[in-house]
Amino acid sequence: MFDNFVVPNLLPAAPEIFLVVMALAILMIDLLVKDSRRTVTFALTQLTLIGCAAIQFATSTGEITYTFSNMFVDDLMSDLLKLFLYMTVVIVMFYSRAYIIDRESMNKGEYYVLALFATLGMMVMISANHFLTIYIGLELLSLSLYAMVAMNRDSVVSTEAAMKYFVLGALASGLLLYGMSMIYGATGTLEITGLAERLYGGGVNKTVMVFGLVFLVAGLAFKLGVVPFHMWIPDVYHGAPTSVTLFIGSAPKLAAFAIVMRLLVNGLITMAQDWQAMLVILAVLSMAIGNLAAIAQTNLKRMLAYSAISHMGFMLLGIVTGVVGGDARYALNAYSSAMFYVIAYVLMSAGTFGMILLMSRAGFEADELEDLKGLNKRSPWFAGIMLMLMFSMAGVPFFIGFFAKFSVLQAVVAADYMWLAIVAVLFSLIGAFYYLRVVKLMYFDAPVDETPLTAGMDMRILISANGLAVALLGIFPQVIMSLCAYALLRSL
Amino acid sequence: MSTYPLLSLAIWIPIVAGLVVLTTGGDRNAPLARMLALIGSIAAFMVTIPLWTNFDIANGGMQFVELKTWIPRFNINYHLGVDGISMLFVVLNAFITIIVVAAGWEVIEQKVAQYNAAFLIMSGLMNGIFTSLDGVLFYVFFEASLIPLYLIIGVWGGPNRVYAAFKFFLYTLFGSLLFLLALMYLFIQSGGSFSILEWHKLPIALGPQIWLFLAFLIAFAVKVPMWPVHTWLPDAHVEAPTGGSIVLAAIALKLGAYGFLRFSLPIAPDASHELSSLVIALSLIAVVYIGFVALVQEDMKKLVAYSSIAHMGFVTLGFFMFSAMGIEGALVQMVSHGFVSGAMFFCIGVMYDRVHSRQIADYGGVVNKMPKFAALFMLFTMANAGLPATSGFVGEFMVILGAVKFNFWVAFAAASSMVIGAAYSLWMYKRVIFGDVANHHVEELSDINKREFAILAVLAIATLWMGVYPQPFTEVMHASVNDLLHHVAISKIQ
Repeated sequence: MFDNFVVPNLLPAAPEIFLVVMALAILMIDLLVKDSRRTVTFALTQLTLIGCAAIQFATSTGEITYTFSNMFVDDLMSDLLKLFLYMTVVIVMFYSRAYIIDRESMNKGEYYVLALFATLGMMVMISANHFLTIYIGLELLSLSLYAMVAMNRDSVVSTEAAMKYFVLGALASGLLLYGMSMIYGATGTLEITGLAERLYGGGVNKTVMVFGLVFLVAGLAFKLGVVPFHMWIPDVYHGAPTSVTLFIGSAPKLAAFAIVMRLLVNGLITMAQDWQAMLVILAVLSMAIGNLAAIAQTNLKRMLAYSAISHMGFMLLGIVTGVVGGDARYALNAYSSAMFYVIAYVLMSAGTFGMILLMSRAGFEADELEDLKGLNKRSPWFAGIMLMLMFSMAGVPFFIGFFAKFSVLQAVVAADYMWLAIVAVLFSLIGAFYYLRVVKLMYFDAPVDETPLTAGMDMRILISANGLAVALLGIFPQVIMSLCAYALLRSL
Repeated sequence: MSTYPLLSLAIWIPIVAGLVVLTTGGDRNAPLARMLALIGSIAAFMVTIPLWTNFDIANGGMQFVELKTWIPRFNINYHLGVDGISMLFVVLNAFITIIVVAAGWEVIEQKVAQYNAAFLIMSGLMNGIFTSLDGVLFYVFFEASLIPLYLIIGVWGGPNRVYAAFKFFLYTLFGSLLFLLALMYLFIQSGGSFSILEWHKLPIALGPQIWLFLAFLIAFAVKVPMWPVHTWLPDAHVEAPTGGSIVLAAIALKLGAYGFLRFSLPIAPDASHELSSLVIALSLIAVVYIGFVALVQEDMKKLVAYSSIAHMGFVTLGFFMFSAMGIEGALVQMVSHGFVSGAMFFCIGVMYDRVHSRQIADYGGVVNKMPKFAALFMLFTMANAGLPATSGFVGEFMVILGAVKFNFWVAFAAASSMVIGAAYSLWMYKRVIFGDVANHHVEELSDINKREFAILAVLAIATLWMGVYPQPFTEVMHASVNDLLHHVAISKIQ
């Protein structure tokens, strides 16, 4: 019966396998750990992530390797994105630690295990070469996140946010699946590289393909959180416990970028004209609504949610400009600029939500804009860090956010989409207003709350490092820029 | 001598000094912060002096050049250099920074370290703008310099500071974002180079040149500021602390004008010729109309702010007549305006510190209580009006001479501003300084102390020196200005 069974090459998936084993082990070990000694679980989680990174380094060949009957791919793009993913999750776990210790219902081993499973989901998404693999990864990520949002079960807003996230998330998964099934109907394959070959060969029903593509793009847009599929973002960001918001607002963007690349660029590049036209609309709408709505917010988390929407819209510009009139000359430049943008955004986003956690304490969430008032008086150092993060988000040099915007914009100009570049800069001008307002609150206004910050030393050091990284990478952006370009060159 | 990277030092000494000042922390260490800031600003000034003394006046090209790769991915280089056009501004900037640190010595009592650090960092960034020969490097400094000034206005400014700070930041950001797109367009057109000097040689058709010119115009016109995008300046000036006003008037306004000479004229010469009448018209409106606006101001700072706009109108007018006399006159005017407007704002600050009002109506008969101050203020008011033997005269006279050759009516309109300038300057002086002691605030005034006297005396010497013997200032410009004119005269359309 098993005569034809061949053991697949497990090496490309070694980090994933290690993570599964460790996550299950941690789930068991945690049963034996008292609430007061949850540090053990925390430490094991961090070690697991660092172990994943080490395995990643050890097993990376730099070549494109397919395994599990071409369902799974390991290339330099996935290696790089996963390394940033581990790094982000490690940072996120550090930032959230004090926060969840202060909140009893969240201080459970499940928090860490769910985070690990979510990470696994993202890793699978990043390495997916098959519609089903993408779907499995996506669902693993989403289900873990739904549970994490709802973890603070006594909180009405959190429960509501989780409900909303779940319902809309399920809808989006449905859209994605429907799109995939249409494409399967037209081409007869679920495999992404195979799909590209079929389309290249021709003879595929264009109408069905475009129909499927619309649903696929809608599903992706939901996961990226771009207008008009953005409704869940503000509510979930606002309602979720801040440590979970930090998680949702950072690492999954890397995975979402990866599946956009896999589906649209690896699989459907021959239909670039069609999906680029859709993404242009999504990008412009996101920048418009994201930036305008952010101005009206009084809650910092909601403001950052809208800011996330506008940033994802900006990032899409890099994906939109890859293929110009059937000419893919600028593709590498454009896609690597989008990748750099995502990585830069994740770094800034982690830092900003980290700042909210830093200012929060037991029984108090510092998530209103008002809570930032006079931070310069309470702590000049952290006000300075937040200042750097805000100017970086606004795209002002010498911070990484500037070069992120710069690289995407030059791709847009190179593709001769001058009007799109002008729209993009005008909306980032509007965006600058609400980032400036945060700086205004911290520096120009007197503090309402004079309580000194209570965060622990590890948190302080890490946030400082995060802020300084935003500044240092803004002065020396070359390393990450060329890493992105090189990884994509070897993967596409 | 040139073995030292003088330009890098001029940029990074103030920035590092600013960061060091920040580490002194709270206001308990205020004296230390002030002292460190003063030492830092003097050290930064010292390294700029060799730029002037060792400057080769026969060479119109770039000197003290430094070139290192910065971001090879986009061929962006750390490329610095100065020519006769930019060198004086580096020196002026470093000099004004000392004045600013000294001007805030006893006046600023809150967040002293942050105050001084912001000025030092801004000074370094602005030196970066004047010396960058790479488009992105220029842009990075250009935009980063908004941050410290935004904080300076917002934290230490007057009652309406928040509005002014936002207006300042968003206005200038708007201009510079379009400028950024122009840089990217040039990057693509030149086949992947951000070198400004290479862009100077790049042939471009007239259509794109016009668009480039307009993008540059918006960016620099906001910064200069030119009528009708000048409205942020009076707000920013009125709300800024004295030091902020000094830097704004003496240096920040020069950035836009400098941009015209570094970008607009050499990169888009045909468009510059094509659209010169537009710029000249805007400049004349600034000179005449804004002059009248200045006349009716009741707030002294606003008055000097409007007079700055009028003076900068002279500068842009001088540039777009495409004659050596016009451009050199404009450059002299820029340097002179740095001294004179800086001194004017300092004088107003001196009175404001004592009376806490900038309204002309709240003063009168100040000479009775502050004779030394009144004498020095008189000198700067005269210089502001363009009296011969002060620096204000030299630049305006050269621009008007250039204008006479260019077009009689342009010259006529420009010359009429000498009258308006005298009117608003002297009328304000008369109402504030002369007459009987107006009220008990003036009655309680005490004359300037040693620190204030020293600052004003140094500025007075500079103003008179430039007015009587402008040779050292103009001789460094000749070669570069001639090269520029020669370059601009050749069409880039192929």
